Amino acid sequence: MALFLLGVIGVIMRRNVIVVLMSIELILNAVNINLVAFSRLYGDVAGQVFALFVIADAAAEAAVGLGIIIAFFRNRETVLADEMDLLKW
Amino acid sequence: MLDKALFYFFAGIAVAGAALMVTRRNAVHSAIFLIATLLATAGIFLQLRAEFLFIVQIILYVGGIMVLFIFVIMLVNLDVALHQIKFARQKWVALIVTLALTAQVGVMFWTTGKMPGQGFPILTAAPANRLPPNAEAVAKSLFSSYLLPFEIASVLLLVAMIGAVVMAKKRE
Amino acid sequence: MQAVTQATLDFLKLYWAPLLCGVVIVAVLPLIVGYIVLIERKLMADMQARLGPMRVGPHGLLQPIADAVKLLIKEDIIPDDADKLVFWLAPVFSVGAALLAIAGLAFGPAFQIAQDLNIGILFVVGISALGIFGIVLGGWASNSHYSLMGALRSSAQLVSYETAAGMALVSGLLLAGTLNIKSIVEAQGTQGVWFGFLAPVAFFTYLVASIAETNRAPFDLPEAESELVAGYMTEFSGFRWSLYFLSEYTNMIVVASVATTLFLGGWLRPFANVRWMNFMDFLPPLLMIGIAGYCVLRMPKQPTRVQQIFMLAVAGLCFVVALVLAAPVLLPFVKPSLKESVAPFYAGIHGGFWFIFKVSAYLYFFMWLRFTIPRYRFDQLMRLGWHFLIPLSIINVMVVGVAIIVASYFKLQGWAMLLATTPAAILAVVAALVILSIDQKNQARQESAAASDFYAG
Repeated sequence: MALFLLGVIGVIMRRNVIVVLMSIELILNAVNINLVAFSRLYGDVAGQVFALFVIADAAAEAAVGLGIIIAFFRNRETVLADEMDLLKW
Repeated sequence: MLDKALFYFFAGIAVAGAALMVTRRNAVHSAIFLIATLLATAGIFLQLRAEFLFIVQIILYVGGIMVLFIFVIMLVNLDVALHQIKFARQKWVALIVTLALTAQVGVMFWTTGKMPGQGFPILTAAPANRLPPNAEAVAKSLFSSYLLPFEIASVLLLVAMIGAVVMAKKRE
Repeated sequence: MQAVTQATLDFLKLYWAPLLCGVVIVAVLPLIVGYIVLIERKLMADMQARLGPMRVGPHGLLQPIADAVKLLIKEDIIPDDADKLVFWLAPVFSVGAALLAIAGLAFGPAFQIAQDLNIGILFVVGISALGIFGIVLGGWASNSHYSLMGALRSSAQLVSYETAAGMALVSGLLLAGTLNIKSIVEAQGTQGVWFGFLAPVAFFTYLVASIAETNRAPFDLPEAESELVAGYMTEFSGFRWSLYFLSEYTNMIVVASVATTLFLGGWLRPFANVRWMNFMDFLPPLLMIGIAGYCVLRMPKQPTRVQQIFMLAVAGLCFVVALVLAAPVLLPFVKPSLKESVAPFYAGIHGGFWFIFKVSAYLYFFMWLRFTIPRYRFDQLMRLGWHFLIPLSIINVMVVGVAIIVASYFKLQGWAMLLATTPAAILAVVAALVILSIDQKNQARQESAAASDFYAG
């Protein structure tokens, strides 16, 4: 729970987009702990299987997200969220 | 007794690592603290008798995703970033929103503890030596009842891989 | 307070054996690594028709100790702009990962730190993948472009070959049916044939991939191109450098142990479950007596008195080891009642001997390759990993799976399984050659098309 909240703080409050992505990973991890703990409690292995899928999904999303960041960085030379204002009017 | 001590140890490292991670100025330091948090999370998994998930977390998350993050940080990190303000403009609003969320979750925990028969089920977990070997159990479940999500996950990973390669390619 | 001491005592009572193994390994490992380096230098000298370190101690045998003392008393230089936290952390990561990987291995039927780990081999492979961080963070912390490039290259190489190594292990694991290390070795015992024979392509792939994984021999571009002058280890001096060094050789031992466990039969002697070959049990003591005899024979030819005495001492030591090895084998003949109580020692000591023997053979092969084959260029290295080894290992997994199904359909067991797996291996090799030829055609076409940018990122 604490991990989840810290991750949310990280996502909202940091400027560096890479740190934002890392905070998202933190949120997913908190969810995983929850899943595994309840899977142990109920003796059902489905929680662990779901956590496995969450990890795989997090990997995919991190890869794509970092690809986007690299592509953006090539154009704009910045990783700070404040300066990514291409869509601003 | 040992179980409790181990859990508090790992949980403490996880929370401390996460707290340090969102407050570091240097992105590489943040990455290192995230690695610490992920390793502590893996320890919690191991303690909950989820050995397969423990090792999958280490191989995929720490050994894969974090390596990816560190590569990108090193390719992208200009020293300029070190001297700038680290929190975004909306930090006070964000802090208030997060505190509200925390308060909400806290109230939820507190009140459900008080309602008769509707609180969190205080079951005791199955004793550890009666659990089947974990990797086998996960594999059995993964390849029988959850086969379709498994296949979809592999398609997802393939799509993500292709997408990442396409996006990060240099324009010829 | 009383509860805490009680809990600690309970813990010690339950886990004294793994703790003892752990302490022994941590104490002995740096010494062993030092002597492996000495053996490597002696071997290199032998293959280059010279003598190697001869000055320090008789025949250079105290050389590792001299090196260790030198490294410990060297000045610890930290570059000015280096990141203090990361600079401190990087070698710690490498060594920590390597030692933790050793903790998951079984060096004998009873010598294992993480006892009966359900996910044995996966644990070892995963933790040794954490060593990549030590390299990357080390290159970053040095705050110099060359270190960073070297580190990124090295970690790219490690990550690429990790996939191939993992898939090769999966083929072996298909034959074993379990991830638990003791069960894998027992499976090879019950099958009667080592999995290296049943899945030779997998063994070959793992051999090549493990050489790349440990930054060794033909794949050591990141560490030897500028011969450590501009690799990721440049700015680390003294004790920090020795930590990196320790982690590299420990990784070699880990990788050799994994290959031995899965492909070479672990701690089983050759033909472990064939009764009439039980005379092979006498091999270890006979080998040690042979070495002792050789030392005694060469003694008169030594130039100085000190070296003669030293040869006699070595002969005596080998003789004592031979006695220790022979005791569990000979005692049942002398006193048949002792057979039962002697059996676990017997399995343990002889198992340890055979394990060390096989790991040494694997490491000898590593060193042999290092002194024989010229280095691969980085793009050739990456091409070999991605274009050849990964398709080969994936095809091998599928082919070995099919072979297992065929073998179980015809109820083939043990050596008879070779009938099913050999055609499978041949198929995989043919597919690999096809892939290689396609890849070479592509490469020729690419190289003639444009001057492409191989060292980018």
